[in-house]
Amino acid sequence: MIEISHVNKWYGPTFQVLKDCTTSVAKGEVVVVCGPSGSGKSTLIKCVNALEPFQEGQIILDGIKVNDPKTDLPKLRARVGMVFQHFELFPHLRIIENLCLAQEKVLGRSHGEAMAKGEKLLERVGLTVHANKYPAELSGGQQQRVAIARALAMDPIAMLFDEPTSALDPEMISEVLDVMVDLAHEGMTMMVVTHEMGFASKVANRVIFMDKGEIVEDALKTDFFGSPRSERAQKFLSKILSH
Amino acid sequence: MNYNWNWHIFFEQNPTGAGTYLDMLVAGLLLTIKTALLAWVIALIFGTIVGILRSLPSKTASWIGFGYVEFFRNMPLLVQLFLWFFVLPELLPRAAGLWMKQLPNAPFWTAAIGVGLFMSARVAVQLAAGIASLPRGQKQAATALGLTTGQGYRYVLLPIAFRIILPPLTSEFLNTIKNTSVAITIGLIELTGQARAMQEFSFQVFEAFTAATVMYLAINIIVVTGMRFLERSLAIPGYIAGK
Repeated sequence: MIEISHVNKWYGPTFQVLKDCTTSVAKGEVVVVCGPSGSGKSTLIKCVNALEPFQEGQIILDGIKVNDPKTDLPKLRARVGMVFQHFELFPHLRIIENLCLAQEKVLGRSHGEAMAKGEKLLERVGLTVHANKYPAELSGGQQQRVAIARALAMDPIAMLFDEPTSALDPEMISEVLDVMVDLAHEGMTMMVVTHEMGFASKVANRVIFMDKGEIVEDALKTDFFGSPRSERAQKFLSKILSH
Repeated sequence: MNYNWNWHIFFEQNPTGAGTYLDMLVAGLLLTIKTALLAWVIALIFGTIVGILRSLPSKTASWIGFGYVEFFRNMPLLVQLFLWFFVLPELLPRAAGLWMKQLPNAPFWTAAIGVGLFMSARVAVQLAAGIASLPRGQKQAATALGLTTGQGYRYVLLPIAFRIILPPLTSEFLNTIKNTSVAITIGLIELTGQARAMQEFSFQVFEAFTAATVMYLAINIIVVTGMRFLERSLAIPGYIAGK
């Protein structure tokens, strides 16, 4: 589904943020990307739907080359859901309007269709009563659930999560993770940048560990948590699991 | 001070024979309003386009925006009006120049367009600042949903940015109204022009300019009140200006 091969990215002439990154996410697979901050995890995931350009290598998404100038990027992006660290709901639109906007403007669905889909998804994330509120009137956890529903409204073939729980108060993390776990159980293809190792051990198929722009470890979940091969991953794990 | 106050002057016949001095001032007021409204529409349209250009990642676009803004904001308004009114017709081919000079209401069109373009540079800078103040993630979220750049601006960035810059835009609208008085120099007999004419005919300089002041104050109070209503009706609960 997602094929990342030999991706190199620089900011400016000298600062390399991604170094020869190669990995893949198969259909229905859940891959967790972790690593210390500044390791390039978010940058890598943003390269997948071309929110960030990269200079070398290639990424193929459902058979379509992302970094091909001929690719219709808006059309391709509409097929991949993305959830951001800071939710990024549109503050001037009501919750239900947030869910409908791209359905109508990008997919060309009728307002009725979009509303029906939006209401169904709001119900799924348990926020039906908030449909007519504005994002700023909801808690962080609720906003992130709306953001997930907004992405799902586009019927995506895969979902990208960029630290979806990092900006949340601790008591709100689980409500968002629960939605993500459900999604994983339904067979959604997911690439998740997160520090939530509990989530990784529960639903991930594979774990990718990145450090300084490199993919240091790309292993099955059991191998990764059992005995990470690299010293850097071991150190990272011991720090993150012991706190 | 040896001055004969005469507040009844407004109801006396003016020298044109058509109505009173008050009628003269009201005609000037209406012309001021007409000029200001057209100038403001021009300022908003061009200001929006240039403001967007300045916020685009493309280097060419932001250079064009930069050049436009610096051209129109670094030259005194008076000089600009003279350029449009006296110099431009001479620079054009003879026929076109002649056509311009013989245009009916040439001072009106020149004033509206001249003041409009001058103000558009200021609107552009504010809009660009408003867009720049939005979290980077907003644009990314719109892009990730498959919205094109145009749709992202139309449905997400501009509606939020305009709400943010509404208070300073009110000031710019007021400046537009006041700046139309410069057009007296190219022969537009708007409110200031009529007040001066009244003073010349009647020698009641204080009454004439007191009335003009009151009229300017009245339009501006109406504009301020109207913009306050607009701000309130567009306020987002829990977000900017919302309670």
